[in-house]
Amino acid sequence: MLTDFFGPTIELWPEILHALGQTGYMMMFAMGIAALAGIPLGTLLYLIRPGSLAQQPRLYAVLDTAVNILRSFPFLILLIVLIPITRFIVGTAIGTTAVIVPLAISAIPDFARLIEQTLLEVNRGVIQAAEAMGASTFQIVTKVLYREARSGIVSTCTIISINFLSFSTVAGLVGGGGIGDFAIRYGYYRYQLDVMAFTVALIVIIVQIIQSTGNYLVRRLDKRH
Amino acid sequence: MLELQNILKSFTGADGRHDVVNNVSLSVGKGDIYGIIGASGAGKSTLLRTINLLERPDSGEVWLEGVDLTKLGKRELRLARGQIGMIFQHFHLIENRTVYDNISFPLEIAGVPKKERRERILESLAIVDLQDKVLVYPAKLSGGQKQRIAIARALVARPKLLLCDEPTSALDPDTTGQILRFLQDINRKLHITIVIVSHEMEVVGSICSKVSLMERGVIAETLDLAERKQHEPKSQIAKLLFNHGQEAKEVDYAYGLLRAND
Ligand SMILES: Nc1ncnc2c1ncn2[C@@H]1O[C@H](COP(=O)(O)OP(=O)(O)OP(=O)(O)O)[C@@H](O)[C@H]1O
Ligand SMILES: [Mg+2]
Repeated sequence: MLTDFFGPTIELWPEILHALGQTGYMMMFAMGIAALAGIPLGTLLYLIRPGSLAQQPRLYAVLDTAVNILRSFPFLILLIVLIPITRFIVGTAIGTTAVIVPLAISAIPDFARLIEQTLLEVNRGVIQAAEAMGASTFQIVTKVLYREARSGIVSTCTIISINFLSFSTVAGLVGGGGIGDFAIRYGYYRYQLDVMAFTVALIVIIVQIIQSTGNYLVRRLDKRH
Repeated sequence: MLELQNILKSFTGADGRHDVVNNVSLSVGKGDIYGIIGASGAGKSTLLRTINLLERPDSGEVWLEGVDLTKLGKRELRLARGQIGMIFQHFHLIENRTVYDNISFPLEIAGVPKKERRERILESLAIVDLQDKVLVYPAKLSGGQKQRIAIARALVARPKLLLCDEPTSALDPDTTGQILRFLQDINRKLHITIVIVSHEMEVVGSICSKVSLMERGVIAETLDLAERKQHEPKSQIAKLLFNHGQEAKEVDYAYGLLRAND
């Protein structure tokens, strides 16, 4: 039974490892870019909200709508729509590196929204106390908001990276590779259901690991209780 | 040292405009412990918050040692706020910073070098007698301890003025007494002027030198508790406060003797 399960996959291990490497590569870079853009954008949304520290109600309305529109784009459509931009940035729209562009861009609005929500949970009183002490908006953001919201920010990163794992499956369509693409190629195109089952199990384990690590960090960082 | 002149502040709600603070003027002398007392919703907190412009008045002036704070630019106002400490009913400590790092915060803002910060933080902690809690997170402290840390955080910036918004309303009577004694000590030893907002008569009566009674956005009456014989209290609250003030002062005096003896 066990050998049945592992049997057909043993000779595929090098390929599986290669696919895992591609997934890791896509996730890491997409995550980095999405965080670099999403955290400042989410912070901006928080700050310019009506009634907030640097309120700009009109600009907020515009950005808010833009974020909602981008969030509602299905990933597959975004992948295609973004082809010209991807080609401009990477030089090609095909391959693992090329997939990073739509992957990162698709995550930015989600990231920003989740960061905004997380920051909204920070106690207003603490922020006012910092204002009363003479803190600038920048100091409040870096020394109070991010500090108080740090466990929420880690949760956000956990959610986004798990999303990446599932979105990167679609990357196979543009030659992106990765573990999800591997599962589809063997399971769907070659009818090797055992290989697919094994790969899906592998993905489940990876998701578990990411989630548990995230939960652990959240617990360690949260000193509110 | 602090003059509020014709402070007006209104909020517009669903049911129209409310003058929450309606043309209030008051004068706080150097070394005073100035109380503002009144019913819930009278506008006490709003008035207190106009002093450091957390709430910008619609009109009126806030003079602190010869400077009109309402005329300051953003940067200057931040510097001025550094000289005004503030403590709150719910403490408002940064939960993900240790006690040490909470007290460090105002100094970080002011750009004080690390070594000097350390000395001043430990000095402040000694004033509130909580040196053993340096590395603890606020969630592990009792309400009274949290307020003492908040006081230390306010003192570390060496303010001239300390604003207190219901500093003891979340605390039990014993802890209230303890916090009030800390405030009194700070006033006497460090010569920090204090403005304290409360709806508890005991609080105001026991430590204040002057008290204003606030009713629906206006100051109904101001009493000088230090020179109580000079004027007759008009309102019922004022009469109560007067008598209570006397008792509380006696209690406080007795407490002082006890302390001197041990
Ligand atoms: N930001 C605001 N927007 C609208 N209304 C406000 C705002 N702040 C205060 N108010 C209203 O102003 C009135 C006075 O509020 P304030 O907090 O100053 O009263 P208070 O005397 O401190 O009362 P309490 O003893 O309950 O703290 C209340 O009716 C309150 O609803
Ligand atoms: Mg109040």
